[in-house]
Amino acid sequence: MLARVPWALLVLIAAFFVPAAGSRFYTFVANDIVIWALFATSLNLLVGYTGLVSFGHAAYFGIGAYTTGILLKKVGLPFLLAFPAAGVVAGLCALVFGFFCVRLTRIYFAMLTLAFAQIVWAICFKWNEVTGGEQGMPDIPYPRFDVVDRIVSAVPALGSYRTSDYYYFTCLVLVALCIWALRRIVASPFGRMLTTIRENAERAEFIGVNVRRYELAAFVIAGVFAGLAGGLFGIFNRGVFPDFAYWTKSSEVLIMTLLGGMGTFYGPAIGALVLICLNQQIVSYTEYWPLILGSILVVLLFVFPGGLAGAMLALRRRLVRKTPREVQTGA
Amino acid sequence: MSFTVPRGSISAIIGPNGAGKTTLFNLITGHLEPDSGHVVFKERDVTGIAPHDLCRLGMGRSFQRTNIFPRLTVYENIQAAYVSHRGRGFDLVTPVARLYRAETESLLAAVGLLDKAHETSGFLSHGNQKQLELGIALALEPELLLLDEPTAGMSATETRESIRLIERLAADRGLTLLFTEHDMEVVFSIAHRITVLHQGRVIADGPPAEVRRDPEVKRVYLGDSR
Amino acid sequence: MPDLAFVFAQSLSGLTAAMFLFLIASGLSLIFGVLRVLNFAHGTFYMLGAYSAFQIVQWIGLDGGRFWLAALGAALLIAALGGIVERVLFRHLYGKEELYQLLFTYALVLILSDVAKIIWGTQQKSVSRPPELSGAFHVFGATVPHYNLFILLLGPAIALAFWFVLQRTRAGRFIRAAALDRETLGALGVNVDGLYTWVFVLASFLGGLGGALIAPMRATTPGMDTEVIVEAFVVVVIGGLGSFWGTFLGALIYGQVLSFGILFFPRFSIFAVFALMAAVLIIRPWGLLGRPLR
Repeated sequence: MLARVPWALLVLIAAFFVPAAGSRFYTFVANDIVIWALFATSLNLLVGYTGLVSFGHAAYFGIGAYTTGILLKKVGLPFLLAFPAAGVVAGLCALVFGFFCVRLTRIYFAMLTLAFAQIVWAICFKWNEVTGGEQGMPDIPYPRFDVVDRIVSAVPALGSYRTSDYYYFTCLVLVALCIWALRRIVASPFGRMLTTIRENAERAEFIGVNVRRYELAAFVIAGVFAGLAGGLFGIFNRGVFPDFAYWTKSSEVLIMTLLGGMGTFYGPAIGALVLICLNQQIVSYTEYWPLILGSILVVLLFVFPGGLAGAMLALRRRLVRKTPREVQTGA
Repeated sequence: MSFTVPRGSISAIIGPNGAGKTTLFNLITGHLEPDSGHVVFKERDVTGIAPHDLCRLGMGRSFQRTNIFPRLTVYENIQAAYVSHRGRGFDLVTPVARLYRAETESLLAAVGLLDKAHETSGFLSHGNQKQLELGIALALEPELLLLDEPTAGMSATETRESIRLIERLAADRGLTLLFTEHDMEVVFSIAHRITVLHQGRVIADGPPAEVRRDPEVKRVYLGDSR
Repeated sequence: MPDLAFVFAQSLSGLTAAMFLFLIASGLSLIFGVLRVLNFAHGTFYMLGAYSAFQIVQWIGLDGGRFWLAALGAALLIAALGGIVERVLFRHLYGKEELYQLLFTYALVLILSDVAKIIWGTQQKSVSRPPELSGAFHVFGATVPHYNLFILLLGPAIALAFWFVLQRTRAGRFIRAAALDRETLGALGVNVDGLYTWVFVLASFLGGLGGALIAPMRATTPGMDTEVIVEAFVVVVIGGLGSFWGTFLGALIYGQVLSFGILFFPRFSIFAVFALMAAVLIIRPWGLLGRPLR
């Protein structure tokens, strides 16, 4: 019963009412969540489905953010071109970096992804002419919504919205499309091949899987979607900064993925939701958010290694006494 | 050393522990690269080529340590093998659930796991996992199937059942089988040819009756261990 | 063309940086060699070492060799902290996925750096040089503080002492054996659990000492932990994860690349360092002096 409800669709529909129902602040938080959900879901394709622990996923997020930011602000391209460009450029970089990374295993893979991410960070940090260097690139313009606004104003029942609300709707639609695409990929034959690599790469070779090639493909796809998330984030954040690609960003997104549960498709998105809401709540009481986050992480590692989604599934299994078929439990 | 596995035969490699049986398997299947010598499969030199390419040429193998995809269901294990073997792995669009249903189910029935299709394979009994492993190997529609100790760790009953299963499947599908085994009863009951390894060397090679009579085999192997 | 004095000063400052990096990275490499875990919190131990030294100096002063007492005290404090963390928490993660161990050490980074903020605030703290080393030499027109020279001598001395411990003592033999084959060592009746704790203690001591000794040279600030840990990663990767002399070599290379990089490509020296790390990983993943992992 519970499994037949189209939860993802309901959440999406509900999300459309945030600007109308809540304040400007809620829209802001919701927009943040939406973008991070995509970023974390893209990482999960690597960590959760292929078994590749990347410590440099922020590189592609950063590359996407800078690509869209530069194209919008300096070149003056419209959003409809600048946004997909983020995915293309991030994907190309992922192809080049990934080519070398998938040749390594485990800790060496993680270290090389970290090294490439730091290279990206160093370039963003120092290349003042193009990236704005340490100061970053403030004042990324919003896409133009005048046409949409005219249509919406013509229909009084729709209410009236700010530019930031329109941008939120845009992110919602685009992220929903991306997550839907990732969902398809995970449930495709390709996705099944990735899980065989995660489970047992040696055996996968012997059912005819060219492990490196699949890993590279997964790396590029994850890079593309991280880039798209970055492209959206730069505009949302009204500025692009080098720390988008810094290694601590990579670990933030890893924590989200883990918190939500990396064995499940929507786990990382739930992780983004919970972590960002928690952050918003906690920073109003104390400035020591990292302390709280670190403590949550410790509890998670020791008590709920399957993440929130894993814990919920365990609960549901106990209630319904039926093993959900689509679930691959996190170790 | 040199030996040949004729098409359509069931051949066994035996030898005391450390004789080099698994090493030999790893050389044949490309997990290890030989210092010298050649592996010829279907009139083609396949020495040192990657396992995934060998697999496409029609060589399948099972492993001594059970080697499945533990967090996938039984059904998904077999289906993954079909997807890979039929070259659909880079399809990013079709829902995988719909693919190769009939094939997967009939193969599951053949290896006797249909009733366990939706269990997580890592939780199966050891005997069932071995059956599943065999199923994965068969899904690749191999012409030559290498089985490394297919009955390792099984009880006497399980061993007998699983050997009967292997024999039947080989006959039904026209497979060439090459296997290693520690249970002499099994070896002498189903193998057409037996190769005896000792310290990395072939000391006898021929039909079971001949090998049984070979004096050197008696001395180093049968004589020592039983 | 830069003049000779400048080149000389740059290479000396590169060497000094290398000695600090060696102190920190050797602990990181030691833990990785034995436990196969990259300890993100190692940089935080280094930062806490600096803060502790500052605090102890606040209490007891600098004069009459008290700075050295403070540095030693800080290092011992951090060593104890490392031992406690291993005993109480970290050991429960052995045998779990690598990712969990990595994230645990990252959780420590988050927690401990905030604890440091709570105790010492966000203002930078500085410690004066110990009076006995407050002077400076003038060589080739470059000014070299006595303290820097002292560090240049101390680095190799600690390297040798550490090497001696690893090569010549019983504990050192066990540590080397554990790096090669943990299971067998346990089967031989060695108390592997205890060994792991001591490895953590020793590594944390080195990290804490590095932090304490750098306090008179650079201001101690929040954020120095995440910066230094990446530098230490670069060093151990270049030299070879788990390789002792590799770490020493990696630190020397890092120091020189950074200081001469600043000379010739002022903006991209940091880039050069990470590019070097990537190149080593691509060509020789186990590092210049390391051994491939099984």
